[in-house]
Amino acid sequence: MGVEEAPSGFLLTTIEDFAGYMRKASMWPVTFGLACCAIEMMAAGAPRYDLSRFGMEVFRASPRQADLMIVAGRVSQKMAPVVRQVYDQMSEPKWVLSMGVCASSGGMFNNYAIVQGVDHVVPVDIYLPGCPPRPEMLINAILALHHEVQNAPLGANRVEAARAAEAAAMEATPTFEQKGLLR
Amino acid sequence: MTDDIHDETGYQPLRPQAKGLGEFLAPVAGFGVTFSSMFKPVVTEDYPRRKVAPQSRYHGRHQLNRYADGLEKCIGCELCAWACPADAIYVEGASNADLPENADAAPGTLDADSPAGAHMSPGERYGRVYQINYLRCIFCGLCIEACPTRALTMSNDYELAGNTREGMIYEKQDLLAPLSEGMLAAPHPMAEGTTDTDYYRGDVLGATQAQVDWVRERRPDDETLDAAKAVAAGRREAPEPRQHELRPDAGPGEAEKAAGAAAVGSVRGAAGDRTGPSGAGGAAVQRTEVTR
Repeated sequence: MGVEEAPSGFLLTTIEDFAGYMRKASMWPVTFGLACCAIEMMAAGAPRYDLSRFGMEVFRASPRQADLMIVAGRVSQKMAPVVRQVYDQMSEPKWVLSMGVCASSGGMFNNYAIVQGVDHVVPVDIYLPGCPPRPEMLINAILALHHEVQNAPLGANRVEAARAAEAAAMEATPTFEQKGLLR
Repeated sequence: MTDDIHDETGYQPLRPQAKGLGEFLAPVAGFGVTFSSMFKPVVTEDYPRRKVAPQSRYHGRHQLNRYADGLEKCIGCELCAWACPADAIYVEGASNADLPENADAAPGTLDADSPAGAHMSPGERYGRVYQINYLRCIFCGLCIEACPTRALTMSNDYELAGNTREGMIYEKQDLLAPLSEGMLAAPHPMAEGTTDTDYYRGDVLGATQAQVDWVRERRPDDETLDAAKAVAAGRREAPEPRQHELRPDAGPGEAEKAAGAAAVGSVRGAAGDRTGPSGAGGAAVQRTEVTR
């Protein structure tokens, strides 16, 4: 019986805490920059902001060894399948951070060439506004994601949470049908 | 051909080559850079624990300002939405005369310019709906340049991240500046004997007794009444405009720095209130900033 099949209860919550701590403390981003936001992402890894303080200095060139995809920049229609392929090549558990307004919603590029939000292509765990966001903003979003990862459920609790999330997603309006400011 | 040629390939080094012990240590000389940097001060900012305040004119999240008597500055003119290159702002204006507090007023008593009756903002109209989509906003500041009443300014707060796209649309209550101590919560009438022009000029320095009485009659439990009454009676300084709490979790040393930056930011935000003689003067200040 692996950890994933462990029944919920005291033992599982302890494992959850432990696994969450391990996952958040060594989360490796994939080397993946699309536009100007990538410059700020690189600055966040450089000595002044130093992502290695959070165990994230290793930007992995291979998606198979990465846990976090920072979509840094505008996603063109032509790039969208590549983004999806990189995401699919990452091994579970994996997370997506949509960095900057272009990746999050298309930003000021409301035109036919740009995907209006990378959540049309991959599931996004956290959105970060800014054009581009300064490294502190990126670190702030990463820390918010760390908090989520630390408290992520495991095993039976995870199955339950996934069911609840799927039910909520079925109820929600699809992104392409959203109108007004959410378009 | 000189004597410096080391081999038959013709390679000629530009720098003088080390001899003796220097030549022996040359392969590890680069470690000297690493070693010496151990004795240099650390450049890393300890960001989540110690927050370095950005420049005072940093374009952070927006805020909607208020006049000293608590009325909102936004008049719902939508110029910010028109100026926005990313279509991030959505505004719906409405008439002050249509406020529910004015429903029982006799017809014809509240015309467009009347200072009586409930107001959310001085003058005819106010911003009923105000939304900024922070997943579109590029923080360019064109909206605050366009704002004719200096209602919209930008604070230095940059910590914005969210899990949902819906949650990143900030509504009016998220953007509106909190009431300073001494401001009277809207809606209430304009200060008696004033027009909206007096407000734009910055001549209204606090709530008046008539405004306090009007609110006491309709909302006797209003929490802002006591402080506003003290201002009206002259027992208290006129309220200063306030910004959002910038970073509530900032460390002890940084809190003062952030507060200093906030003060600078609010001076800029309230240029019409403190320095310029009029709201139009505030806009002129803004224009000179742009042209400079």
